[in-house]
Amino acid sequence: MNYIIGAFKPPCTISITFADGKTRKKASVKKDNGQTAMVPLFESKENIVGEVIIEPMHGKKVEHNGVKIELLGQIELYFDRGNFYDFTSLVRELDIPGDLYERKTYPFEFSTVEMPYESYNGINVRLRYILKVTINRNYVSNIVEYQEFCVRNYTPLPTINNSIKMEVGIEDCLHIEFEYSKSKYHLKDVIIGKIYFLLVRIKIKNMELEIRRRESTGSGPNTYVETETLAKFELMDGAPVRGESIPTRLFLSPYELTPTYRNINNKFSVKYYLNLVLVDEEDRRYFKQQEVTIYRLQEES
Amino acid sequence: MRQTSCLDYCLFIRYLLCTVGSVYIKSKEAPAKDVLKDLVEMCHGIQHPLRGLFLRSYLSQISKDKLPDVGSEYEGDTDTINDAIEFVLQNFTEMNKLWVRMQYQGPIGERDKRGKERSELRDLVGKNLHVLSQLDGVDLDMYKEIVLPRILEQVVNCKDELAQHYLMDCIIQVFPDEYHLQTLETLLSAFPQLQPTVDIKTVLSPLMDRLSNYAASSTEVLPEFLQAEAFAKLSSVVGKVIEAQVDMPIFGAITLYVSLLTFTLRIHPERLDYVDQILGACVEKLSRKTKLEDSKATKQIVALLSAPLEKYKDISTALDLPNYPLVMDYLDIPTNKVMAMVIIQNMMKNTTRISTADKVEALFELIKGLIKDMDGSQDNELDEEDFTDEQNSVARLIQMLHSNDNEEMFKIISTVRKHILLGGPKRLTFTVPPLVFSSLKLLRRLQCQDRDSNGQEISDTQKKVFQLLHQTIEALSSVPSPELALRLYLQCAEAASDSGLEPVSYEFLTQAFILYEEDVSDSKAQVTVIHLIVGTLQRMNVFGSENRDTLTHKATGYSAKLLKKPDQCRAVYACSHLFWVNEPDGIQDGERVVLCLKRALKIANAAQQMVHTRGSSGHVTLFIEILNKYLYFFEKGNSRITDSAIQDLIELIGAELQSESTTSDSSADAFFSSTLRYIEYQKQKGGSISNEENKV
Repeated sequence: MNYIIGAFKPPCTISITFADGKTRKKASVKKDNGQTAMVPLFESKENIVGEVIIEPMHGKKVEHNGVKIELLGQIELYFDRGNFYDFTSLVRELDIPGDLYERKTYPFEFSTVEMPYESYNGINVRLRYILKVTINRNYVSNIVEYQEFCVRNYTPLPTINNSIKMEVGIEDCLHIEFEYSKSKYHLKDVIIGKIYFLLVRIKIKNMELEIRRRESTGSGPNTYVETETLAKFELMDGAPVRGESIPTRLFLSPYELTPTYRNINNKFSVKYYLNLVLVDEEDRRYFKQQEVTIYRLQEES
Repeated sequence: MRQTSCLDYCLFIRYLLCTVGSVYIKSKEAPAKDVLKDLVEMCHGIQHPLRGLFLRSYLSQISKDKLPDVGSEYEGDTDTINDAIEFVLQNFTEMNKLWVRMQYQGPIGERDKRGKERSELRDLVGKNLHVLSQLDGVDLDMYKEIVLPRILEQVVNCKDELAQHYLMDCIIQVFPDEYHLQTLETLLSAFPQLQPTVDIKTVLSPLMDRLSNYAASSTEVLPEFLQAEAFAKLSSVVGKVIEAQVDMPIFGAITLYVSLLTFTLRIHPERLDYVDQILGACVEKLSRKTKLEDSKATKQIVALLSAPLEKYKDISTALDLPNYPLVMDYLDIPTNKVMAMVIIQNMMKNTTRISTADKVEALFELIKGLIKDMDGSQDNELDEEDFTDEQNSVARLIQMLHSNDNEEMFKIISTVRKHILLGGPKRLTFTVPPLVFSSLKLLRRLQCQDRDSNGQEISDTQKKVFQLLHQTIEALSSVPSPELALRLYLQCAEAASDSGLEPVSYEFLTQAFILYEEDVSDSKAQVTVIHLIVGTLQRMNVFGSENRDTLTHKATGYSAKLLKKPDQCRAVYACSHLFWVNEPDGIQDGERVVLCLKRALKIANAAQQMVHTRGSSGHVTLFIEILNKYLYFFEKGNSRITDSAIQDLIELIGAELQSESTTSDSSADAFFSSTLRYIEYQKQKGGSISNEENKV
């Protein structure tokens, strides 16, 4: 990716490739211009190995003051665009000041990189990892090339995973007891539960289960909360009577979920909620929201 | 972000789930039981009654052939028939709940419409029961222990009239009869627990009928019935139901009893005590009402009473049941008559003979509506034809009462007499004649018997019979029916003559004559009666000469006093036979014969004179008739008849025929010619008579 700063065409091309680029799994990330691209996928504590190839344009000579590659983990809050906060920054010097006449390949390696946070592209916040190659130049602007990569972190099955069981209601109108089998779900999990009707005095038309994502960015007086309904699933059609128990089964894989992010670097959080909605004949909605934790399950190899 | 909130999504998903599930089972990738359990659970999501009903029906449909039945390909170690049963039962329970729920949807005013809609859907629910019945693994034990109790539990708990009625009926129809027999107690125990508005009789009655048919299907089956104590259980449940449903109309209760009775008659025909028990229960139920005015109920009672008759084909068996007449008492008068007719027709169809006086007494008590006017009956309304039919039936009935023992027969006759005398004038004309003839029949038997055993002695019984006859015929005077009485007296007189009872016979004839004098005033009737009297008298030979003279004198006297001359003539010459009996020791008074004939001639002459004055055709025929009489007696050997007398008469007739004052009468001519031919013929035949005739 070339940043075109100034009117001049860059004197050289920079390409950043990964050593295991062909074999490594890829994930899609959204670019600034709205398009998606497939980039390699890394886990925290992995080695990021590759090479940088700088090729001067035909016949041109590139004088530089040093070439370096940085691995950056960045958070960008959209209300504060352009302002990247780097929570991780690693650098490798690739070359000492000199001239480049011809194509030069610089291998690089970042070993056991701590990348505790996952790549995330949200409504008001973005977290990304990039490799940034900078060719330092005097008197003129630096030549910079970026390569984004994706980070996803896996967790094993939680040892404790209690069910969520609650009784809610409106006095004399509606009393239900809902139960979700787990409180922590992985991305390809199934939400299994049941809704038990203890008291039904209103005419219910149907019942839905929503998955909502709440993204909160910033802190203190600058806190922005954005809620998005990712899924709406009809559980029940028709009016139940007292004593009926409606089973629920909701598969999470079709939905674009991410794991729950709590307080990433004190900058943002992404939480997920199950919202149980009962709609009556006059389209009034009664609901109860319950937080669940989503995690990314370590796949068995 | 996909927002999927289409209203039918939930339903669509479920249908898809069921379809996929069935394929899944078929592929054997998952145990049938798990998939089925899952499917039946997930269908809970559709709480809308109609949609839910159809969804579950679909589920039932596609899962039907994938149940882990005994011997099916889906059976496994963990997948057993129990799982299959559990699945179907659960689906059934949920479907029934949804179906019942439909009743409470919508505005109250449309209740009936909803009921109708629900009726159309009932087979969806019932199909589950059918599936259960088709499972090989549902044998008697399984049915008894698991299937039936669960189904009944749902039926009772749903407290819905429509569902309860349909499902009970469904159970009975779908499962085999032998299962019902073995689970009778359990099945029947559900009935009293049903909603009061359920029309139980339309379910119980078919059940009893089915069991009856089952019993009739093979003889090996009957002991099962005894072992299952079917009767006790059924009669107990019938009693309980009737008690529990206080608002049940009488007609309903009686219908139940009719079914129970039909059942009993099929299964335990020999247990008359059972039959009586049922009748007794009816009596008890009926006694609580003051008057029975429901026509449906009376129809049922008639059915109830007719059933034993049909079965036993013998009214005597019915008469033995103490409660039978009690039930009949509750019928209103028109229906009592209908029932009485049924009884009589039954007797006639089966040619039942009642042979003891007690039974006769009981029978007549039963049919008393026909025999006499009951309190409050409105005879005026009765159609003439119907009344005649009724009484004719009674008459036929009387003919069927018979005993070979003469003493007993007499008792029977006395009993019948006692009853019919209460019948009133209109009935007596029908009922008295058959009784009289029955008595005469008895008399004939007695006569034979006495003749064989006692020689000339006449038994007391005969005398008693004659006494009874006398009194009975006397009753006809209240009608009044003189001609009938007269004829009957003549019959009795003749019978008495055969018995050799001269005074009795004389008495009867006297009564006949009195009736003639006092009550027979129509001239045509008189002619007929006189001839009857003469004919009867002629046959009787019991009289001594004094009595005989009196009687014949009376007869001839009356003959001569008939209104029309020709009638007189004919009667008088008929009387001639009174003096000539062609029996070995019969009277043969030739003189008196001739006197009669001469008298007849005189009357004939007088008649002829009258005609001449009037100027129309004469009564020559009379002369010819008298001539024939002359010939008759001549041939029989009456010496007083001379050939010259005959000759004179022939000439007289000839003259009359040719006389100018008479118009020609072809029939008279023919008659005369044939008479003459006869004489010729006799002459030619030869013999002593002809010799005499030759002189003619």
